[in-house]
Amino acid sequence: MEEAGALNAAFSARGLNKKFGSLVVAHEIAFALPQGARHALIGPNGAGKTTLINLVTGVLTPDSGQVVLGGEDITHFAPAQRVRKGLVRTFQINSLFARLTPLEAVTLAVCERRGVAASWWRRLPDFSEAIAEAGEILSSLQLRSCATRVTSELPYGEQRLLEIALALATKPSMLLLDEPAAGVPKDESAQLFKAIEGLSNDLSILFIEHDMDLVFRFASKIIVMAGGRILVEGAPAEIARNALVREVYLGKARHD
Amino acid sequence: MLGSIAGVLYDGFAYGMLLFLLSVGLSVTLGMMNFVNLAHGAFAMLGGYVAVTLMNRLDWPFLATLPVAFLAAAAASIVLERVLYRRFYKASDLDQCLLTIGIVFVSIASAAYVFGTEQAVVRTPAWLQGSFVVGEQTFGVYRLFLIVVALALAAGLVGLLEFTRFGAKVRAAVDNQRMARGLGIDVDRVFALTFALGCGLAGLGGALAIELVGLNHTFAFSYLIYVLIVVSVGGLGSIGGSFAAAALLGVSTVAGEYWAPQTGSFLIYFVMVAILMWRPLGLFGKR
Amino acid sequence: MTSLTSAGAGDDLKIWLTKRTRWRGAEIVFWLACLLPYALTPDYLQLASQIAISALFALSLDLLLGYAGVLSLGHAAFFGLGAYTAGLLAAHGWGEPLTGLAAAGLVAGVCGFLASLIVVRFRGLALIMITLGLAQMLASAANSVSWLTGGADGLQGVDVKPLFGVFSFDLWGRTAYAYSLAVLFLVFLLVRRITNSPFGLSLRGIRENGVRMAALGAPNQAHLRKTFTIAAGIAGLAGALLTQTTETVSLQTLGFQKSADVLVMLVLGGVGRLYGGLVGAIIYMIARDQFSDMNPEYWFFWIGLMLIGVVVFLPGGILGGLSLLTRSWKRRAP
Repeated sequence: MEEAGALNAAFSARGLNKKFGSLVVAHEIAFALPQGARHALIGPNGAGKTTLINLVTGVLTPDSGQVVLGGEDITHFAPAQRVRKGLVRTFQINSLFARLTPLEAVTLAVCERRGVAASWWRRLPDFSEAIAEAGEILSSLQLRSCATRVTSELPYGEQRLLEIALALATKPSMLLLDEPAAGVPKDESAQLFKAIEGLSNDLSILFIEHDMDLVFRFASKIIVMAGGRILVEGAPAEIARNALVREVYLGKARHD
Repeated sequence: MLGSIAGVLYDGFAYGMLLFLLSVGLSVTLGMMNFVNLAHGAFAMLGGYVAVTLMNRLDWPFLATLPVAFLAAAAASIVLERVLYRRFYKASDLDQCLLTIGIVFVSIASAAYVFGTEQAVVRTPAWLQGSFVVGEQTFGVYRLFLIVVALALAAGLVGLLEFTRFGAKVRAAVDNQRMARGLGIDVDRVFALTFALGCGLAGLGGALAIELVGLNHTFAFSYLIYVLIVVSVGGLGSIGGSFAAAALLGVSTVAGEYWAPQTGSFLIYFVMVAILMWRPLGLFGKR
Repeated sequence: MTSLTSAGAGDDLKIWLTKRTRWRGAEIVFWLACLLPYALTPDYLQLASQIAISALFALSLDLLLGYAGVLSLGHAAFFGLGAYTAGLLAAHGWGEPLTGLAAAGLVAGVCGFLASLIVVRFRGLALIMITLGLAQMLASAANSVSWLTGGADGLQGVDVKPLFGVFSFDLWGRTAYAYSLAVLFLVFLLVRRITNSPFGLSLRGIRENGVRMAALGAPNQAHLRKTFTIAAGIAGLAGALLTQTTETVSLQTLGFQKSADVLVMLVLGGVGRLYGGLVGAIIYMIARDQFSDMNPEYWFFWIGLMLIGVVVFLPGGILGGLSLLTRSWKRRAP
């Protein structure tokens, strides 16, 4: 990890460590994301990928280490605070508002971001700008047509897109996608990733994914984790050739 | 009779042991399946009334009614779990509360209909009545019996949990249900058995309660609140937690009644709120 | 990604959202029907007044439980605080009803705010037991300070002056019902406003998925504190109404039975449906009046059966059932 690269990064994590008792779930995790990054995080199950996301978003407090966003040290910020600074995640298992419609859910997120969510006197429809913004976000992910259907009645692929829409509504500068295509049928997952690809170039994205086709198509850089450690980082072509990576994956395959 | 700290501790501890028997089942099943069974007290009441019926109608000796009270409550719980509860494991907390409170109300009304609304009267054997003297302090014999029974059962439960295969499965299911299922443990069966055991203990507690605190048709509801205090303060899924919380509640209640009767139950609730604020998951709770 | 021009982009969405906030025909019918007792059942105006008060209390709990998802078993504490505030004022010379009402709402609201500082930090079983515990502590304390509250005998000497100096509270309940109904309606308008606002949407978000709300940067606890305070204030208004229309205050206004009753009413009508508490209160109170000569045990039997029935067969309460019916009719009709 070149220091020069880290200095210009929109986001960097240094020396993150976490253990539960004697179980080490994260060891000396360090990586950086430049602005506009499209990086992938891969590794076998139990490698600690979700743990890394939890450490970065503040759900878990690291035993040691630093998390820096846009030059600001956010290591001791609460999760909601980090969100307001622009660090946002999506969930591997959909975490949605079952009985709200996508329109309501995204408008809610927009209102929270705009700081008007506490206003109880004016009617919701009066907030035209927030609603228009919600409409745009829904359109950008092809969700406009189902915007007024209850979330729990939507097909899974749409729910997955809504998961991302909610994150976008917070206008993040850095987005962590935890297995965005999980559970989505093959033909729809490419479309999902195209939607992700089309997101703003100012936005830095780190996504966890198991589907190697998607990873190699959409990532400009790949980080490989195993056993709570980062094994190696590099461009997709290098990673594909890397013997250690193949060992980690093939070694796992032998046990499956 | 109660003249000193020793007396208060003794009576309080005995009362706590009764609360332990009434509560431990709920603590474990709540910790395992997160199913809020507010009707737990109804099983205690059932056990109590089974004992009453056997003693008064069929002239059974007191001790013989205890295992039957246990079995009757356990059997009833198996039926109820199969027929009704099973469908609501995924339901919201509110729905589970409402469903089981509804069952409590129905059971109270049924008890009133069958047994009337007066206190149940039973004759416990002569050797359990009376008191003995240690130094200058008098202690009731029945309370000693209660303490011995509860301690024996607590030891038995701990032994079951720590040293048997079944106990290992119970611990696994309480710790992490998904993982336990993944390991091939039939969590539903473990739960059904644990549920039966817990309700059986409540039934036993109900039978034992008659001599100490009395039994009438409102028992299922009036003791629900104490059971909830024990479970929330002790921590879900913890036998040790239930034991400690029950003992604490028992002693606090008796101490309060003896030394500060004008404050009523204020002290109890104050202590409970304070403990929960300090440890929201209970003294020994993990989740 | 091209997006639609911003001028028309949000319009259809806005229209959809606006339609949800419109007054429905059934609502107008409902409120007009509330005036019927004056014409149809003039002997039952006191009961109607009690129903309106219970409905107001249930509405306050609905805001807390139905919209924010906070299960409080001690909500009667605020009802009782309001009741005793109005009662003490009236018993010590300040019998003017409207100011007494305002004072009661204020006291209950402030206490609600203070309680919320503790309560909203918890969830699950701890939350339920803390709300229960705090309320029981208050009830116990109120019993102990019988020199102030009258203890088990209730507060004596509550003397409420005529409303606006003209309409006195008589045994027939004409003033009582008009007063209670007016307060209920005005507060209802307020609550309706809240639920149709962005704040109301946030509350529903917290109820549906508090974790996601936090992941969106929402200040859940601040939202909940506000809700708790407002709900407490409204409950206090309801308590004051009871005191002023019956000229008595008893410890029952603080009791667990009261907290339980209002929950049953709300569940019966349908939680989170704005009118659920109102409908539930009407049905529950009328039933209780009709069956008042029934043995209390049998009353418990039917209530228990009803609760089981609602959970098993009719999860949305009566209003939920009605909305399912109308939706299936709409599907059949072209």
